[in-house]
Amino acid sequence: METQTEAPYDGNTMAGPLSDVFAVEVTTAVGRCRGCGTSSQLATFRVYGPEPGFVGRCPGCENVLMRLVRTSDALWIDLSGVSALRIAMPDAAADASQ
Amino acid sequence: MARAAVSGGLKLRRTWRSAAVVERRPETPTACTLVLDVPEWPGHLAGQHVDVRLTAPDGYQAARSYSLAAPSDGLRIQITVQAVPDGEVSSYLVSDALPGDSVEVRGPVGGWFVWRSEHSGPVLLIAGGSGVVPLMAMIRTRAMRPEPDEGRASANSAHINSAPFRLIYSVRTPQDRIYYDELRRRAVEDGGLEVKFLYTRAAAADEPRPAGRISIDDLVSHGITAELQPTCYVCGPTGFVETVADLLIFLGHDPSRIRTERFGPSGP
Repeated sequence: METQTEAPYDGNTMAGPLSDVFAVEVTTAVGRCRGCGTSSQLATFRVYGPEPGFVGRCPGCENVLMRLVRTSDALWIDLSGVSALRIAMPDAAADASQ
Repeated sequence: MARAAVSGGLKLRRTWRSAAVVERRPETPTACTLVLDVPEWPGHLAGQHVDVRLTAPDGYQAARSYSLAAPSDGLRIQITVQAVPDGEVSSYLVSDALPGDSVEVRGPVGGWFVWRSEHSGPVLLIAGGSGVVPLMAMIRTRAMRPEPDEGRASANSAHINSAPFRLIYSVRTPQDRIYYDELRRRAVEDGGLEVKFLYTRAAAADEPRPAGRISIDDLVSHGITAELQPTCYVCGPTGFVETVADLLIFLGHDPSRIRTERFGPSGP
């Protein structure tokens, strides 16, 4: 898909809204594009927004990977462009010692 | 207390909290540093952000993400905001926010574009315009003596980080340089830090390099060679970041050691 203009932001800018619902830092998660198969960290998605919502595109092929829209009473997350999301979890043993 | 920022304070980080503006410091004609007092600030890593939310009298809210400009000083944090045309949050913060005013903040957020002070490898920092802000946080954090480690055997880590740091900082004109005096001072006082300014529209009087956009020559002359495997942090407008990332890859830098953060479509 061809985009009109270059993405003004990247996934780093979605860290705050995502922290509303995710218990771990999710911008370091790796998403695999359903279109081209590229795996990329969410922080590197090409992001448009923030109003009316964030649209994150694949750095490899520009497919829409995710949409993030905050309404007055809900957060909508559309991940239909991502075929898999890998979220690193803290090591349970190391975490318990902190 | 970097570790606390990662593993602790989860609820705090997710909560919007009222923060008081305690100081404003103009940096350039269009950029301003605000020092904020944030109750129960849990600490943060260099490169992390804070979200700032403003609420209008009619209830309308707007939130934007800003890079933290310095390590936290107790409950005090610093952001440096560049006014963007028609920016409803930035224009207030740069022009109108005064000591005593309050804003809401949430954070710290972000975990990818960060530098940890226990890392001792070489670091290449490349900034376009106000993209220097998170990189300045890394430079300032590097120069700090770490707090005594709690409960971890790391007697060797209690010294100032001496990782080689190089900053290449591209601005339009000399008056657009943020942190100029401090960067010049640190380039002398902070061992292992080198700073090079590039000008895209009008060069400083003492600058032999003609004004122009960043080029491969600049990276070869002032960067760190790929053989030394530096971690590269690139922050600036999208076009700048993409140009620099492509040049770094061309010069042999491993893409996995190139971290980028982009904001806004306009070039420096």
